[in-house]
Formats: sequence, structure tokens, C-alpha cells
Amino acid sequence: MVESVIEVRGLTRRFGKKSALHDVSLTIPRGSVFGLVGENGAGKTTLLKHLLGLLRAEIGSVRVFGRDPVADPVGVLGRIGCLSEDRDLPDWMRIDELMRYNQAFYPTWDEDYADELRREFALDSRQRVSTLSRGQRARAGLLMALAHRPDILVLDEPSSGLDPVVRQEILGAIVRTVADEGRTVLFSSHLLDEVERVADHVAMLHEGRLMACDSLDQIRRQHHRFIIRFDQPQDSSPQLPGALSCCGAGQEWTVLCNGGSEELVQAVLARGATIVDEASPSLEEIFVSRVS
Amino acid sequence: MQLQISTRDGIPIYLQIVNQVKYLVAAERLAPGEALPSVRKLAEQLVINPNTVARAYRELETAGVLTTRRGAGFYVSDGGSPLARREHIKILTERIDVLLAEARQMDVDLETLVGWLHKRNRLLEPAASRENRHG
Repeated sequence: MVESVIEVRGLTRRFGKKSALHDVSLTIPRGSVFGLVGENGAGKTTLLKHLLGLLRAEIGSVRVFGRDPVADPVGVLGRIGCLSEDRDLPDWMRIDELMRYNQAFYPTWDEDYADELRREFALDSRQRVSTLSRGQRARAGLLMALAHRPDILVLDEPSSGLDPVVRQEILGAIVRTVADEGRTVLFSSHLLDEVERVADHVAMLHEGRLMACDSLDQIRRQHHRFIIRFDQPQDSSPQLPGALSCCGAGQEWTVLCNGGSEELVQAVLARGATIVDEASPSLEEIFVSRVS
Repeated sequence: MQLQISTRDGIPIYLQIVNQVKYLVAAERLAPGEALPSVRKLAEQLVINPNTVARAYRELETAGVLTTRRGAGFYVSDGGSPLARREHIKILTERIDVLLAEARQMDVDLETLVGWLHKRNRLLEPAASRENRHG
């Protein structure tokens, strides 16, 4: 049994009448690359804010390293490196000032590593934050998140709004963090392609509810995609037991299902249709079939 | 070593690496004894989880395509791998299937097709065709 670094139990959160999170429970194992996926407004940032102690759990509980991040912010935040979606950095500081400023907060700040990252990201230590480009801001934010060698790296939509080069760099840094340190990475994204490449565990949020949460291997193993063919064109989408989604037209239809597919296969055959192809769907197909 | 990873078609990434490395070895674009990039390097190059690369390399080692030297990474196994032969057959079979399907659509029978194969072969290999004429 792998030790967990984050435990969320029955977390529910409302903002006014709007339910942002509904009974969310998840466990993040140490050393995993955990991808949190969902559309905009699905509750990803709200969940991350609870983990960082920026929101108090009103219903349910949140434990990071076995501690409550609201009650013990020093014990928790000192071991987390965080890159928020809006990358709020003080505009008036220079890069070198920003590095010294952050160093003061983190006893584990590694000066040599910070300098190495600064050179690697081609950041000029004399440059002011206000004059940085979007990509440079993301790099600077990532430097601040990494240089104290955190046990958990939390990235909220790390690549949103970035050009492919910087996106690649940010993802590369995630890859290196895991390869070098064996540390835990938690990142949210609505880019399923990038989650499928980098993550080994995935949680899917939809309208505040957890739709699936498991290792990527397990999620893929549980889902099947069939292409079925009828003798006659079908006017409407065939209703099949256990099907998450069924799309197509005429004689050929693509069906996605979760778990035991035997019942579905039986139903297909009973209708005189044949299965012409069976494969495992991509994460994107799984996600779309789950939320639509 | 250039690999292409796609997340569109639902094939697990580790399997894509395994298949492509097998193909490269069979096509002799990876030579026996040649070193593969380290797990970390390939993970960075492809921007994928390092554990996925490690898993692909382990599978390739089990299949006899790669060998490890203690602490020095992964290398292409020295020749005579039975797998290379199987891979050759697999690659050619795929192409033959496409050819046969197209020929059938164009109403070209097998005998004619084989005749054309011989003809093309004579054109591509002048030495072989001279021998044939004398024999």
C-alpha cells in the first residue's frame, strides 16, 4: 500500500446557492503525477484552494501530510510548491528580488538550484516582473514553485494560455520533477491530451462531482469502445445497457461503456448487430462520454 | 531515435514506444549494440511520464529487444533476435494485405499481380534478372 500525501473526505462546498463541490473524496498517493481534469467551472480551483488552506473545509475534511492545511499552514505550505492559474507575482519586484523574497519564506530554498532554473528558463535577474511576457511569467512562477524542492508540486492550469514552446517547458519541468525527485505532482488541466501524457492518476470533476478517480491504467482498462454495425440503418441512437455514450448514424455506431461489457455485447448481438471493432478509448473520449 | 506519441487513438503510450522501438530495430534504424536514450531523457523529449518510459523499456527487455548493462542504461540486443524476423514478417504482411485489397477492388487477379511482382523485381534488380535470363 503506497502512502498517501493528500486525503480528501466528503468535501462539499457551496458559494451562496451554487454548489461548487459535492461530496468529493480522493486520495493522492506519494510519488504520483495526479491530473485533475474538468471543464472550466467544474470545481478544480476550489478543490485546490482547500488543499492549500485558502478555503476552510465546511463539510468534510482535508488532510495534507496528515495535517489540516488551515490549522497548520506552516507545516503544510512549507512543503508545497504552487503555481496558481493567475500567476500572481508582485509586479514591482525584479527577478532577483523575487527570488530573495521567496527564499525568506522557505527554509529549504536551494540557492544553486534556483539559479540553475533561472538560467535554464532564460530569465534575466535584473528584469522587473511587470515587464515579463506571459511565458516568462509562467517560467518565473514555476521557478518560485520549484526552488525550495517541495514534496508536492501543485499546478493550477499550468499551461493555459501559453504558446506551445512554454507549454512544453512547463510540462518538461513536471516530468523532470518526477524523474529527479520522485515527488508528488498535482496539476489541473482541461487539456486531456497533456494529462494523458504526463499523469499516472486521474480525477475527473464535473459540476462539482467526482466522476472518476483512479490510476490512468485502471480507468483505461475499465472503459471499452465498440464499433457496432446493424443490418438496417437506425433512426435514433440505440439504447444499450451499460453504455455511457452512443454516437453515429445509419448502420455504424460507436459505443463507449464502463466496466463489465458482457451485458452490452449480449444486447448488441440480440439486436442482430455485429461488433466490428473493439478498442480502448482515449482519455478524451472517456471524459466526453462521462460528462455529456 | 525519433518516436511519435499520439493520445488520440487510445493506444497506451508505453505500448506505442514498445511498438515503435521494435519497428526501428527491425528496420535497422536502431543497430545492435546501440544505446537508447536514458529514461529521463526520453521522457523529457516526448514530454511523458518517466515511469511510462521505464515500463516500455522493461517490456522491451523482457521481449529480448533490449538489454541492460548494470548502471549504464539500455542497449539494442546483439543481432539474431527472433523478434526481428517476426517483425519483418509483420511489416511485410501489412503491406501485402493493403496490396491485395486494392488489387481485388481493381479486379486484378492474384496470378496477374504475382506476374507484376516478378516484373517489378526484375526491373529493380538487374543482376538477378540477367541470371534468370541465362538460366
